[in-house]
Amino acid sequence: MRFGFILAFSGFVAVSGHTLAEESLNVYNWSDYIAEDTIANFEAETGIKVTYDMYDSNEVLEAKMLAGSSGYDLVVPTADFLARGREAGAYRDMDLSKIPNASNQDSEIQDQADKMVGSDSAGLVYMWGSTGIAYNEDMIAERLGDNAPTDSWSLLLDPENAAKLEDCGIAILDAPTDVLPNVMTYLGYPGTSTDKAHFEAAGDALSAIRPFLRYINSSQSINDIANGDICAAIMWSGDAFQAAYRAEDAENGHVIDYYIPDEGTNLWFDVMAIPADAKNIENAYKFVDYMMRADVAAENVNYVWYASGNKAAMPDIDPDILSHPGIYPTEKAKEKLFVTPVYDAKTDRIVTRVWNRFSAGN
Amino acid sequence: MHSFLQKFGRLLVIWLPLGWLGIFFMLPLVEMVNVSLSEARRAVPPYNPAFQIGKDGISFQPAVDNYLLIYEYWEDYLWPAVNSVRLAFFSTLYCLLFAYPMAWWIARSNKSLQHILLVLILMPFWTSSLLRMYALIGLLNPNGVINDFLIWAGITVTPIQMMQTDFSIYSGMILTYLPLMILPLYASLVRLDNSVLEAAADLGAKNWDIFRTIILPLSMPGVIAGCLLVFIPAVGEFVIPALLGGPEQLMLGKVIWTEFFRNRDWPVAAAIAIILIAIIILPIVYARYQDKESIS
Repeated sequence: MRFGFILAFSGFVAVSGHTLAEESLNVYNWSDYIAEDTIANFEAETGIKVTYDMYDSNEVLEAKMLAGSSGYDLVVPTADFLARGREAGAYRDMDLSKIPNASNQDSEIQDQADKMVGSDSAGLVYMWGSTGIAYNEDMIAERLGDNAPTDSWSLLLDPENAAKLEDCGIAILDAPTDVLPNVMTYLGYPGTSTDKAHFEAAGDALSAIRPFLRYINSSQSINDIANGDICAAIMWSGDAFQAAYRAEDAENGHVIDYYIPDEGTNLWFDVMAIPADAKNIENAYKFVDYMMRADVAAENVNYVWYASGNKAAMPDIDPDILSHPGIYPTEKAKEKLFVTPVYDAKTDRIVTRVWNRFSAGN
Repeated sequence: MHSFLQKFGRLLVIWLPLGWLGIFFMLPLVEMVNVSLSEARRAVPPYNPAFQIGKDGISFQPAVDNYLLIYEYWEDYLWPAVNSVRLAFFSTLYCLLFAYPMAWWIARSNKSLQHILLVLILMPFWTSSLLRMYALIGLLNPNGVINDFLIWAGITVTPIQMMQTDFSIYSGMILTYLPLMILPLYASLVRLDNSVLEAAADLGAKNWDIFRTIILPLSMPGVIAGCLLVFIPAVGEFVIPALLGGPEQLMLGKVIWTEFFRNRDWPVAAAIAIILIAIIILPIVYARYQDKESIS
């Protein structure tokens, strides 16, 4: 009797251990970054149980990766964070032969990301986007007239404009590596520069508009611009469209649009990658392959409104998304887009110091 | 047998809290000192531990570079520290001003009402503090509930900017920390003997004199406990100013955050935290020492 119980118990342990090793997958992705039914569909199709957790900043993901033993099998860092993480030995190479649908990828986009990461087997680009300006059409027209520079960084970075917009509220992303390079292009320096003097000049330019800023924050602007609490903000493309969608959905009369300034902006790429200590590597491959399927990729784009790294998905993507120059930039705008280099520890310090001084106002 | 149990019980009572403190307070603190003396590197983990037990036995190679870096760029750390101390000081002051009459009123009401009031004071703790901050944002926004009401009532035409101001920050701080001030104040005020107050009144003391010479001195332990309970966590606070404050509110908590997450320099982040702990703890230890001196 007792023996039988032990046998049954050990059998149970063996079986559950087996399922744990074979049929589960732990994914860590950005919040609001996947269509609502993608995970459920994947589970139904493969029988793999997915634990899906979310983060809202690269920094949080990076801290987990650098601490080690995160327990995740697939994560989606932005390319520069992936590059640094690989240098630290936190990620493993991806064997693309295990991902047949990798052939759906847009090689132009993938090549740019690979160049940034410094490897062609680091992972596959999930979505990509730009940093630009989101604005409330009516509120801007009311204050700056019909000739408002809604094609230039000067809408916010020119202190004269910023002063006129102070009353309706302007905000800036709390993301120095996405803001400072763009201020540098506005000032006529290369956005790819790592020159301390260029960063400091950008910091000074930001300090000039600081008195007119409502706040510096990366997640608050989505709600605030949708509600009309602020009227213009430096934002990431997808966030801006999420705000536009929310305003439309609420029928509150606020029309939000987004543009990539003519001076140029930095591109970023979010890459699906496998941590070095992942346990369910085969399942991670299956998941990436599923995500790379043209129909799945298209559904995700139609939900999150970011540009996909997937070329085969194009025919199934909402024409409104494909034709919007803020999401899929025009050929002319593409010439001015750039990819920032991966900063070393010394440059990180310069960037942080310039940013902190600007935020603190001294 | 009985005395054995008693002995065992006594040991348990002494060692359980000590063990708890050792594991959850001292160990992390020692590890933080260890990280603060380590060298940053790009690896997992992102520092080379000063103290490590490895194949080659125990090694201890402390590096003071992180502390030197803070010393070199002291201006970058001083102003956020001043901001944090100012925020903590005024939050403590406002909490004390609000909490004292409330605690007095609770302590003077009848027993059954006291329990209800204390539960009401603690009630906000049952929801996540983050959620309470978002509720506050919903109230204070230019298009929020309060402004909507003021405009509807004709008191103002354009919305009053309450968010991203000192007002919104201190509202959030008081909302969060008030119970920590009320409870110790209540505990000391409720023990106050009514007959002492009556005696003072009989001898002709005015209300203000009674408060100044009797109530306040007798409630001093509560005031001190409450101020410490509010001040210490408030110095490290960074969520509330980040959510409710404007761009000028760079706090030390945020600076530690940027060292940790933006510069990926865990050792420097740990060093700042250690210095902060020292700055807060040392005056308290000194004050205790002075107390003991004056008693003996």
